[in-house]
Amino acid sequence: MTEYFLKTPIDEEIITKLKVGDIIYLSGTVFTARDEAHMELLKHGDIPGFDMTGLGLYHCGPVMQQENGKWNIISAGPTTSFRMETLEPAFLDKFKVKLIIGKGGMGPLTLESLKKHNVVYVSFTGGAGALAAKGLGKVKAVYYLEELGMPEAVWVFEAKDFGPLIVSMDSKGHSLYDDVNSKTRENLERLLKE
Amino acid sequence: MLDEKMLIARLIKGMRDGAIELPADVTSKLKDAYSKETGDIPKMQFKAILDNIKLAHDEGLPLCQDTGIQVFFIKAGYDFPYLNDIHKAIPVAIEKATMEIPLRPNTVDPFTGKNPKNNLGHNMPAVTVELVEGDSATIHILPKGGGSENMSALWMLTPTQGFKSLKKKVLEHIQFAAGKPCPPTILGIGVGGGADMAMKLAKKALLRPLDCTNSNEEIAAMEKEILDAVNELGVGPMGLGGKTTALAVNIEYTSRHPATFPTALVVQCWCNRRAIIKIDKNGVMT
Repeated sequence: MTEYFLKTPIDEEIITKLKVGDIIYLSGTVFTARDEAHMELLKHGDIPGFDMTGLGLYHCGPVMQQENGKWNIISAGPTTSFRMETLEPAFLDKFKVKLIIGKGGMGPLTLESLKKHNVVYVSFTGGAGALAAKGLGKVKAVYYLEELGMPEAVWVFEAKDFGPLIVSMDSKGHSLYDDVNSKTRENLERLLKE
Repeated sequence: MLDEKMLIARLIKGMRDGAIELPADVTSKLKDAYSKETGDIPKMQFKAILDNIKLAHDEGLPLCQDTGIQVFFIKAGYDFPYLNDIHKAIPVAIEKATMEIPLRPNTVDPFTGKNPKNNLGHNMPAVTVELVEGDSATIHILPKGGGSENMSALWMLTPTQGFKSLKKKVLEHIQFAAGKPCPPTILGIGVGGGADMAMKLAKKALLRPLDCTNSNEEIAAMEKEILDAVNELGVGPMGLGGKTTALAVNIEYTSRHPATFPTALVVQCWCNRRAIIKIDKNGVMT
């Protein structure tokens, strides 16, 4: 278990080094995208003037509040990543993000795509919205707010030591969720026999 | 007399407390779970959870960005005179609370996905009224998140299989749910009635503090048996492996038709937010 303090844009080399169980604190540009935003970004192909290369993609629908024309992050924990499972491979084909941040893990389609594009999936504690808001720092921009509404919009944040983020699916095909799943399946079978 | 403005303010305070403060019984269980874990990863999850509870309290921020659907359970005496006032005040309070706290606008049209941005909509707000003896009322506010609600289930079990079958279904389901409902969870289980009553009882079971078991000792023993087995699964906090998968199992029941065994499960995330407002016959609120 190694601790890393990373800054965006994240290098390919560091991603290769990251292993399941490593801890990351992330600084730099992180943007949110849930189901609707994935669909919208795939439909449009890009956001003019917004380069996603090396950035963190965050599965999150935050609570935001506007004060004197300025947006503040109120609470911004991760959403269930599995909802994006079927969309993520196409997303990674198109957008060169290096880190996916979410909760609950993703499936075989994403795991394969992480390998193909040298990307890692990291977990942040679900429900820890106030703690996440602190780490995500400031709002840099927002896209699709009118079309998609607050939770589904693409919010761009300037994060500072956002974490702890646990590497739970690395770029070599190893998933901590698969490990846990095998163990809980064994435990279930044993419990049902008792 | 119950003052309309004060009632709205009290309801907003209830929703604010619900979004920001975790009840003491929940925090206490989370602290116990933190001390029990030995692995680095589950320990880190519980630390983040406890840090988050403190930060939300200190800074007055919602614990979780999913501030839920505002669910109200009202238990009112037959002689309680203000049900009509409460009925009118709740939607007004929800709309204001959405702006002021703020809450995430979470109600969307099921088909068009359109979001009115005020946490209201067709057949909303979600209010259940139960009439009982007496002249006072208790309002429970349960902000219910989507990730945990997605893991709800209803099984129409074979009556001869009974509890054995119920336990098997719950264990299989929690293994399948893994990290999705933000474990450690609270499992509300409703048994009997019909499909609808079982579901309602399961959700109502979540209102019970985690340090209280069912008053029927046999049912309390079933709650413990399921809780112990669920924790032996090893799903752990956030599904990353560990010793605590659920903080409590609360069962509520009613009679069933002899040919049926309706069993409902409503899963609540660790962020088991609840608020209570009491109003007496003179309109005094606590």
